[in-house]
This record gives sequence, structure tokens and C-alpha cells, in this order.
Amino acid sequence: MSVPRKEGRDKVTGQAQYIDDMSLPGMLYGATVRSRIPRGKIINIAFGSGVPWDEFVVVSAKDIPGQNCVALIVDDQPCLADGVVNHPEEPILLLAHPNRHLLPKAVEAVSIDYDSLPALFTIEESERCAEIIWGKDNTFKTYLIEKGDVDSVWAKADYIVEGEYTTGAQEQLYIENNGVIASFDPEQGITLWGSLQCPYYVHRALRKLFDLPEEKVRVVQTETGGAFGGKEEYPSMIAGHAALLAMKSGRPVKIIYDRMEDMAATTKRHPSRTRHRTAVSREGKILGGEIEFTVDGGAYTTLSPVVLSRGAIHAGGPYDWPNFRLRAKAVATNAPPHGAFRGFGAPQSLFAMERHMDRIAAVVGRSPVEIRKRNFLKTGQTTTTDQTINEPIDLEGLLDRGLALADYHRKKDRFRQENASGTRKKGIGIATFLHGAGFTGSGERYLSSEVAVEVCADGGVRILVSSTEFGQGTKTVLCQIAAETLGLLYEDVEIAQPDTQQVPNSGPTVASRTVMVVGKLVQSAAQGIRETLTKSGSLRDGYSREEFRDSCRNYVAQRGKLVSWSRYRPSEDVFWDDEKYRGAAYAAYAWAVYIAEVTVELTSYSVSVNDFVALQEVGKVLHPVLARGQIIGGVAQGIGYALYEKVSWQKGRMQNGQMTNYIMPTSADVPTIRVYFEELGNVHGAFGAKGIGELPMDGPAPAIVNAIEDALSVPFDSVPLLPEVIFEKMIASSTNTSSPIPNGVR
Amino acid sequence: MNTSRAHCEVSLTVNGRPAKVRAYSMERLLDVLRHQLGLTGAKEGCGEGECGSCSVLMDGALVNSCLVPILQARGTNIVTIEGIAQGPRLHKLQQAFLECGGAQCGICTPGMILAACHLLDKSPRPNLEEVREGLAGNLCRCTGYMQICEAVLQAAGSEAGR
Repeated sequence: MSVPRKEGRDKVTGQAQYIDDMSLPGMLYGATVRSRIPRGKIINIAFGSGVPWDEFVVVSAKDIPGQNCVALIVDDQPCLADGVVNHPEEPILLLAHPNRHLLPKAVEAVSIDYDSLPALFTIEESERCAEIIWGKDNTFKTYLIEKGDVDSVWAKADYIVEGEYTTGAQEQLYIENNGVIASFDPEQGITLWGSLQCPYYVHRALRKLFDLPEEKVRVVQTETGGAFGGKEEYPSMIAGHAALLAMKSGRPVKIIYDRMEDMAATTKRHPSRTRHRTAVSREGKILGGEIEFTVDGGAYTTLSPVVLSRGAIHAGGPYDWPNFRLRAKAVATNAPPHGAFRGFGAPQSLFAMERHMDRIAAVVGRSPVEIRKRNFLKTGQTTTTDQTINEPIDLEGLLDRGLALADYHRKKDRFRQENASGTRKKGIGIATFLHGAGFTGSGERYLSSEVAVEVCADGGVRILVSSTEFGQGTKTVLCQIAAETLGLLYEDVEIAQPDTQQVPNSGPTVASRTVMVVGKLVQSAAQGIRETLTKSGSLRDGYSREEFRDSCRNYVAQRGKLVSWSRYRPSEDVFWDDEKYRGAAYAAYAWAVYIAEVTVELTSYSVSVNDFVALQEVGKVLHPVLARGQIIGGVAQGIGYALYEKVSWQKGRMQNGQMTNYIMPTSADVPTIRVYFEELGNVHGAFGAKGIGELPMDGPAPAIVNAIEDALSVPFDSVPLLPEVIFEKMIASSTNTSSPIPNGVR
Repeated sequence: MNTSRAHCEVSLTVNGRPAKVRAYSMERLLDVLRHQLGLTGAKEGCGEGECGSCSVLMDGALVNSCLVPILQARGTNIVTIEGIAQGPRLHKLQQAFLECGGAQCGICTPGMILAACHLLDKSPRPNLEEVREGLAGNLCRCTGYMQICEAVLQAAGSEAGR
């Protein structure tokens, strides 16, 4: 049922309080002095004239009471640069003043002398190791995934198809920039309010930075104006900065980035390069293949090992690979660290896989539909990590339904005829893919998430989780789950504001895990409430809503408090081997067929998407309006990734850090996106739900680029695919008439 | 630092009530609304008139309040998101955004609803293409716009039904 969003009324009336809408008495404003060079030693810092420096609070690395790092996986990223810088925009000094208008000039007046060092800006430069900028070999992490015996397949292959595919950085472009307010009290410690996804990530980072015990750090999430992964790890950095200024000044400090600072300094989607070499039979069956998947992690480790892992596991797509080898690598460059963004590595490797399927089809002389059908994973078969697919998924049926909805075959024929003349070329392209829900491998086991549900004095219940709302519908769907479990109305259930002093750690709000993993825990904690009330004798089986509420009221009146806790317990049949990278990578997968129809205008080489069918199996859909909203929004971001959103780099710095020159889709650019669900259900999620949030980011780019190839009969292997790239490639292909067979084919 | 610059006194009407503010003549209408009048519904998304999150109505015209110096707003009639509901009763656009999923993270919502108000003012029964055109100056990163457009069409329909 589609109940109204819990916080919806506040949002449509403008009453919702985002971080920049809040203010504390005596509050100062903070700003950050950043590196202007990609790599070097800091020789001298001078405070220029014309600024009343005695009115400013200035913080440097020397003011950090604990460990100078942004605690995450590897603690290699400093909170403030201490003597060296490794990327443009790296924070060096912090300034605070009561008048925010004075800050830009003060930042400008700080002049820093550097001894520049050679810097690396691309995956290839990093791999050459002419300069070592991180560790022994510029490599943050590698993985090897092996299945069967891939070395034996090449001799048996009728075709060996090779391809190289690249994807660019993408800015999350939440409309609310990063921002926090911190206060510091010598007795009580730090309180931090902010726009963020993961309160306990920030909590842990602040404890380490200040060397404080757990109870002296409090993190509160405020209404968050979009995140998409962009507020997964970065808030730990800006929170540390505001808290350092608050400690030194003894006053609350607010830091809000403006758009240009947010775009230039914070994380983006990892640029990637994927190489495929695939052995294929005459009939189009994949016999085996090798994939080399490499991402550019930027200057520090941050989340790159996990992004790489998800990308690597998704790299083989929804296909059966009898023999397989994948080598994955995250390398260092002197750019700001790349980070979490919806899809988390999978959009990169799946772009490559789905482009490569069309390339295989072209080489073997089969259609993109046929080549996919011949290779789809079936129930009982295993993924590249040897995970057996147990659910009754029928990908052929799903594809057929998608083709019918898109009127694929008729359109394909019609476009072929119509494209013979004129300057408007039309094409239609497919992507079939999967997305794993929840943390990868043993991740959920390590997280060991915990939730609580408590009874309220008025007879309703209240959910306590650190899972955050940033537009996806966390609050709404978790309340729905508790209401459904207890036989209450949606209005009877509240959810607490995520505040580390009030709520248990239900894990980060990432990885399409909230509804499936946290939702299941909410369901079980709610069941605990019912059991306690039943055992206490105040609730009979088959109770009515009013009886339940009376029972709650009585319990609270007599005993004061009723809280039910639930902690994640891994299923016995879900096994993962961290060493060999084998086993059940995800508790559940969502499956999808996306079909894009495009027009390429050959007078301007611009591409428009005219129709988009998004068909997916995501388990049970708990809230049709929100679920559809997730799919449409993800597809729109995917259209941007495919066609518009180019980060222009110059020596590791984003040059187009404005909404004027970094172009995201507007309402005039997004076509009607037709959303359809199949619902198989799922034993791991509450009421059969699986993850949904990231899935729609994976499919649009390959479906659109496949459609462009269909329109122009010229293959393109990179995104974003801007008009100038199409133009250049078409000029090049019209002058090169030697062979119609793609490169890299035996 | 700014003491040498002259303040000006500006009278304007905000959400139907007269307001008098003292500000630097080039101070942004957005900052005056947020910091002096406590109307934080208008948001700063980009500060350069691209995203539309700070949209308000000025004498019925849709403007980016981050680009309007307060002096230019002298004597005008400003409507912000805080001024469109009738007491506790939501405006039909607000109600439709709530029902259709037009608001996700909510940060673009105030500007988007005002852009939609402006559109329906000029064109009470728009078709989908007109809605898309009419909202193209307001960026939303969450929704992919469709449920926003559906909300506007639903609100327009409800007016026609009256």
C-alpha cells in the first residue's frame, strides 16, 4: 500500500529542517583552506594582510588531539594535511569567524608555498609506477576470482572476443551540499548535527580524531537533501573539521560547502577501465573468459576496496560462465578520493559486460536478444563466485516480457528501414543485469546490525534505528513493516531521528540493505514486542488494533518501559570465503531488463532518449509509489551518466564544478520511463522484499549506448558519450573502411 | 569590513504580510528571506541560478532568489513555500506532491512547487510536455521528474474538476 511519506508534509510545506536551516547561539562559520596543487610538500604557510586574523579561529593538523585520520577501512587519509598534500583540494587549514561573509577573503589571503612533486592522473600512469604515490606499487587493493579452468577454453573457442570499456567519474549532485554543525563541551564532548547517511561512521571517525570514549561523541542526522552515496564517507571529514574548530573556539561551528567547493573537493563515482577476453562457441555460448577490472581510487584508500569488490562480483553480469577469471585492482592517483555513489562499482563493470554482450553478438552474428538468452544464468547454476542461484528466476521470460513491453522487434525493423535516409537515426538497445542486495560476502556478519522497537505511552510503537532517510523512503517503509507486523495502522508507528545517543547501530544506510536487512530486523523486533505482551497476559491471540494499543498503554503504565531488540543473524546456508573470494556474495539479487530507444540527430550529434522500459524483479514491492520513484530516479541518473555528465579534469582537479557546466538531466531531458515489476519474493527480506535503490543505476548507460550503436552501426565503448565523441568516432569510422569486424576478434 | 557600505531599508510584502528589512542593497533576496525573516523554505543549491531550489514568486513571476538583490525586491509581493497553504490545509499542489511521490529528499520541493504554481497560474490545464517545459528550470536529482509531473497534472485536474 502506498501510504504518505512520514516526513512528507514537512517537505512539501518547507518546514523540514535541513542543516543550513539550523543555527545555534554564538555560532561561528567555518571554512577550509585547501591545496592548490596535486602533490607536494608544504614549505610555508603565510597569513596575508588585510584580514583581521586576531578575530579568526585557525586550526591546523597540530590541533588534532587524537589520530590525524578520517577513520574508515585503512586510516591513510589525514583529516588535515600535515606537511604533504596528495591531491588538489586536500584540506590544510580551517578558519572560523562569526561573520560568514569574511571567510572567502580570509581563505584567499592564506598563501601556501609548496615543493611540488610529480603527480599521477590516470589509471595508466598509476600502473606504470614511474612515480610511487601510495604503498609499494600505487595499488590499494586487488582481487582474484576464479572458476573452472579458463586457460583450457581458448583452444576450443570458435571466437575470441576482446573489448576494452571505460567509464568516467560522476558527481552525485545531491541538491543539498555537504554541511554540518558541531559543538564541543569539555565535559560532554562533541555533538554533531549533519547531512549524512551513516551516523555511526561519523561517530567512529570523531572518536578516533579526538581520542574520545564512545559516550562523549554524539552524532545526529538532520533532514538530508539527497545523498546517493555522496554522504556515506565524506561527512566524517567535514564533521571532523567543524568539531576541531568548535573545540578550539569553544563555540558551535557551522560548515556548509558551496556548490563549487562540494563538487571540487568531495567524492565522485570511480572512473574505470574494464577489459574483456571471451571464448565463445559458434552458437554464441560463452565457454569462458577473463576480465580485468580496474578503478581509479584517487589519492587515499577510503571505500575503494569495497567499491572494487562489488564491481568485480557484478562484472560477469547475469550470465553463466563455466570458466572464469577476474583480476580486479584499485589504483592510486592524485585526484580527490573517489567514493560511494549509487551502484558502487557495479554500474562500471556492468556497462562493460553489457556492451561486450552486444559485441559478442555482432562477432558471432546473432542478435543481442539471442546471445543473452543463450547465456542467462538459470536456477541451480552458479555465479562467478560459485554461488548457486536458488530462487526460481526466469531471465528468458523476463527478457521476453521486456521486449514485448518495448515493442522491441517491430521497432528494430522499423528503425532499420527508416535509418536508411535522413539525419535522424533511431536505435533500440537492451541491458540485462543483476544487483546484489546488502553488504558483500561476510559484510553483514561483521556489521552485526541491531535495531530496537519500543512501546510508546500513547499505545503506539517507535522504531529506533541509525538507518537514515535521505529521500529513498527509509522512514516510511520501516514504519509500514512494523505496522504490518503488529496489525497496527501506519499512523501508530513512529521512527526516531537517528541520534547515536538514542538509537542502536543498525548499520550504514548504503548497499540497498535498508528494506531487506534492517526491515527484517524491525519485523523481528516488532514480533518481540507482541510476544512480550502476549506472555504478560495482557494480549490475546487475534487481538484488534485497539486491544494492542490498550495492552501497550497498560504495560507502560505498570512497568515503565518495553523495548525489544533484534540483532542480525546470518542464515546458515549463506557462506562466504573471504580468502578465496568464493561463495554467496549476496543474500539476494534483484534482476532486470532495461530497454532504451534513442534518436541521434546527425546535424548536432546529440542523443535523446525517447522511450525507456525498466522491468525488474525486486522481490515483493512494499510501497509501489516509492519503489517506482526509486527506479525512475535511478534511471534518470543513469541517463545523465550515459549522455551528459562529464567531469573535466585538469591535473587532478575538477574544472567544471558548477551546475552551469556539469550538466545533469532536467525535466525536459528525461523521457517517460515505464516501470514494471515482477515479484518473486525473497526469504531474506521483510515480507519478501529485496534491495532496490541501486539497481536502476546499473542498466541505463549500457542500454542507451547499445541503442546508439543500433542507430549508427558504430560501436562506442565509453561513457559519458557526448556529441563530440560520437562525431569524432563517426568521422574516424567513415574514413576507415577496411573491415566491418570489430577490433580484437579472432 | 562591510561597515563602509550603506544599508538600505526595503519594504516589501512577503506571503501577504508587510515586511521592512535593513540590508546591503546587493544582499540576496534568498539571504534576507532565510536569515532576517526566518523563512528557510527557499534553499540554496547552487548560488548561481541554475538549480531553482531558491525559487520564489515575485509579483507573480518565478525568480531565483539567489540572483535577486534585495533592492530589486523593494515594493514587490513575494510568495514563498511558507505562504501557499491555507492554514493547516495544504495547497492542492502540496497535496498532490505528497500523494504522487513528487517529493523524495525534499530539498528541491519548495522551489519545484512554486515553479508548478507559476505554471498553473499561466496555464491551468497543461499537458505533460508543457509541465516538463515549465519545470525545466528546477533541478531534481532524486525523482527523475515523472512523479513531479504527475503531481502537477493531478493538481491541475483537481482544479478543473471543481
